[in-house]
Amino acid sequence: MRALNKKLLRDLWRARAQVVAIGAVVGCGVAVFLMSVGTLRSLDDTRAAYYERYRFADVFAQVRRAPAGLAARVAVIAGVQRVETRIVEDVILDIAGMDEPATARLVSIPERGAPVLNDLTLRQGRRVASDRPDEVVISEAFAEAHGFGPGDHLSATINERKRRLDIVGVALSPEYIYAIGPGVFLPDNRRFGVIWMGREALAAAFDLKGAFNDVSMSLLRSASEPEVIARLDAVLEPFGGVGAHGRDDQVSHAYLDGELEQLSTIATIVPPIFLAVAAFLLNIVLSRLIDAERGQIGLFKAFGYTDRAVAWHYVKFVLVVLVLGIAFGVAGGAWLGRALTEMYTELFRFPFLHYRPGGDVFVAAAVMTLTVGIVGTLGAVRRAARLAPAVAMAPPAPAVYTRAAFEGLIPARLLGQPSRMVLRHILRWPGRAAMTTLGLSLSLAILVSTLFFFDAIDHLIEVYFHHAQRQDVTVTLIEPRSAAATNEMSRLPGVMATEPYRAVAVRLGFGARAERVAITGLRRDADLWRLLDTDLRPQSPPDRGIALSTELARRLGAGRGDRITLEVLEGRRPVRELPVSAVVEEYIATPAYMDLNTLNRLMEEGPLVSGASLLVDSARVGALYRALKEAPAVAGVVLHNAALRTFNETMAETMYIIISFYVGFGGLLAAGTVYNSARIALSERGRELASLRVLGFTRGEVSAVLLGEFMLLTLVALPIGCVIGYGLAWYITAQTATELYRIPLVVAPDTYGMAVGVVIAASAASALLVRRRIDRLDLITVLKTRE
Amino acid sequence: MSAETSRQEPAHAFAVRGLTKVYGEGAVAVHALRGVDLDLFEGEITVLVGPSGSGKSTLLNIIGGLDVPSAGQGLFRDREITAFDERALTRFRRDHIGFVFQFYNLIPSLTARENVELITEIARDPMPAPDALALVGLGERLDHFPAQLSGGEQQRVAVARAIAKRPDVMLCDEPTGALDSETGIYVLEALETVNHELATTIALITHNAAIADMADRVIALADGRIAEIRENPRRRPARELRW
Repeated sequence: MRALNKKLLRDLWRARAQVVAIGAVVGCGVAVFLMSVGTLRSLDDTRAAYYERYRFADVFAQVRRAPAGLAARVAVIAGVQRVETRIVEDVILDIAGMDEPATARLVSIPERGAPVLNDLTLRQGRRVASDRPDEVVISEAFAEAHGFGPGDHLSATINERKRRLDIVGVALSPEYIYAIGPGVFLPDNRRFGVIWMGREALAAAFDLKGAFNDVSMSLLRSASEPEVIARLDAVLEPFGGVGAHGRDDQVSHAYLDGELEQLSTIATIVPPIFLAVAAFLLNIVLSRLIDAERGQIGLFKAFGYTDRAVAWHYVKFVLVVLVLGIAFGVAGGAWLGRALTEMYTELFRFPFLHYRPGGDVFVAAAVMTLTVGIVGTLGAVRRAARLAPAVAMAPPAPAVYTRAAFEGLIPARLLGQPSRMVLRHILRWPGRAAMTTLGLSLSLAILVSTLFFFDAIDHLIEVYFHHAQRQDVTVTLIEPRSAAATNEMSRLPGVMATEPYRAVAVRLGFGARAERVAITGLRRDADLWRLLDTDLRPQSPPDRGIALSTELARRLGAGRGDRITLEVLEGRRPVRELPVSAVVEEYIATPAYMDLNTLNRLMEEGPLVSGASLLVDSARVGALYRALKEAPAVAGVVLHNAALRTFNETMAETMYIIISFYVGFGGLLAAGTVYNSARIALSERGRELASLRVLGFTRGEVSAVLLGEFMLLTLVALPIGCVIGYGLAWYITAQTATELYRIPLVVAPDTYGMAVGVVIAASAASALLVRRRIDRLDLITVLKTRE
Repeated sequence: MSAETSRQEPAHAFAVRGLTKVYGEGAVAVHALRGVDLDLFEGEITVLVGPSGSGKSTLLNIIGGLDVPSAGQGLFRDREITAFDERALTRFRRDHIGFVFQFYNLIPSLTARENVELITEIARDPMPAPDALALVGLGERLDHFPAQLSGGEQQRVAVARAIAKRPDVMLCDEPTGALDSETGIYVLEALETVNHELATTIALITHNAAIADMADRVIALADGRIAEIRENPRRRPARELRW
């Protein structure tokens, strides 16, 4: 082995603790990149392949009742490739052993052959037979939640008649990768399932023979989706079309998109932070090495080594650390990627899902890491290369210290000499102090911007369940009924209060923008389902005009006082211009609200209700559930407590796992920053500290001089990190806001406290490691030699 | 003879018996001290001479509480410093000992005055920093950083830093080793002044035979043992020294 390479190996071995610490920081960056981009790719590719193989539709529309022949008119719309008409209805299920009612979406499939679009992946059993109207195939997540399989039975209230359904198969569908029931915002596999039933059987049950109420179509590659939707709406309008939509508004697709967006946000924020900090740490370690080896560099050059050879020698040092970090990162990234993929397998239902990040992802991670690492250390390497041999062999010029301008302002008795040493050392190397502070700030920021999710979700739940939707149960009727239905519901067992609501599909337009949403009419005195202003104070629905949710107002670009166009997509389809009279805070979906009576007057259909919010006596909830299971007109029931419980059981646990990864990462970043900076400071100032020990300073006092600097930098980093963390949290909430949900930007004081605690603990732990070295300083040899 | 009796009077500052120091073990063991018996008296200037590796610095480091012996006993005013633990040794250095080294070892980020104040802030009965600096002839340039001072000035700051706490003993390891003769003599004069005005016991290591003349006693070490103890009939003032 060449002598220089032997030297390199020994240099690396001597600096092994720092090499490993920096390697770990690099590794975190690479791991998060591989995890997020790898999982993003896997999900994206899997989804694309799944959609392709099982013919997921591009455009979806619902109608009240359209004759089967209309499909031919839809098929000839320019750009439409294939058309599938179906019957889709929501029903109430009575599941043996479960007190509360569950909701199911009945979706028709052909009795013979596979659907043209949105095909099923059979996981167990078979498809339905043509002569057996009671046979059904159920969704896998629902089947698993109840332990159902082929041969089991279900009881459903179908078009006001109770029926026994025979499960013959278990399947997945590209339409329900993320299966979410009507009126809720979280998946609950026990209380919502998809049931596929023969087309003729469903048509018979819902009096839709020779008709359909749902149509989906695939488009030609050249087609324009908005044009197809516009023409489709025109075709469907006379048959009660409520407005077609593309994949963007398809719930499962949109949720998956939101998830992918979050992953891609993480991939853009976290790895660059780690790599930048790693580059800084490498730079200080290499600079110190080069300073300590000045004489040797001079000697190499005097002996005839070229500048290039010297530079390459130090670049190799950097490369070894980076390659080590990449190795850590690949191992960690593969592990985390698999863990995350398994988590997504629980949450999303794919027939196949493999964590298979392509080779190019690894290459990208490696190239990015090497580039950042080398560019970050180029200055130090160039200094070594440019050092003239004669200059190199002479001792370096002594460091020039100055008084800080503000020292005069501090009374002398408050600023002892050790404190002055700390201050002046920081001022002597302000760039390094700034970078150390930044490294610590960024660790804190990572912690704040991930831990805040707990606050955000707590806040969301608090607002949604305790301030806005205070009812225990929301009942949706199969179709709007007269206000008398409310009275019937108030007579159900255990019901203490009822509040009716009316939901109507509308298109809202303002200027060039338009949004298809549901508008909800509430009574002026509604006290269960309440609107909240942006300060979360309850307010009544506007007596005239419309209240927009914040996200809807943002999407339309409309504010209070603007007049917007309201186009009802059902019934007599009235079109009105209305003022926006309030903007209300909503984190889930993009609803709009009106006064119930105003909405009914506008609809010109008399006083109708779509359902009601119920306040229930918890002692009699069992009786209510039994009654609801038998109620013929009910299409869906949302149990708010159950939804909350499900959330705590599933989502919260997943969130804990992911966030604990990031807490680990943030802590590691803080520890790596302090450990490396303090080790460098110790090697530069060992002589000074040994002098203090000789002069009679205790170990503790000497440590305070060195570690005091890092305590001070940590103190400065804390507020900066909190601010950056809040900024990142803002960026994340802005990036991940979809029409389905928004993560509220709420960071509780506890979160800052927790993040600060982790950073302080990590800094203190690495300071203690350095402290052990300060305690072992060799007082005698240090003083016998000239630096 | 009368000089002999009068010398019996001063108390022991240090008394060491059978002091042995071995670095390493087995084949690579280095015997730095091989059973040294020595007394240093209060108020005396002692110069230690001897070739490199004779054990001078090891001896000084042990009595200064920077190192511990492998065997033997060392007393400082009847306290057995060789039995002290790390904490007690630090306390001992802090309260009683002033060190001066060949390479000054000033704190580069503190000015001359502040380097002295570093000690006066932790000492029990210090003199004001400017007084200590005046004592070594540095009444000016108090607010210069070490990098802005000459070698002789830096070493005088180091002496001032050592005396500011009014130590009982000053231990100086080659204090003039890095200085030219004129500057070296300034530094020695400063030590002499301290000895004279504060009655500080001084032990000084040097390779420079001329410096031995300023001592009360000269102790020559060779190969880890005391080779000779010589008493100077008359201390020669530092300003008369030449080399």
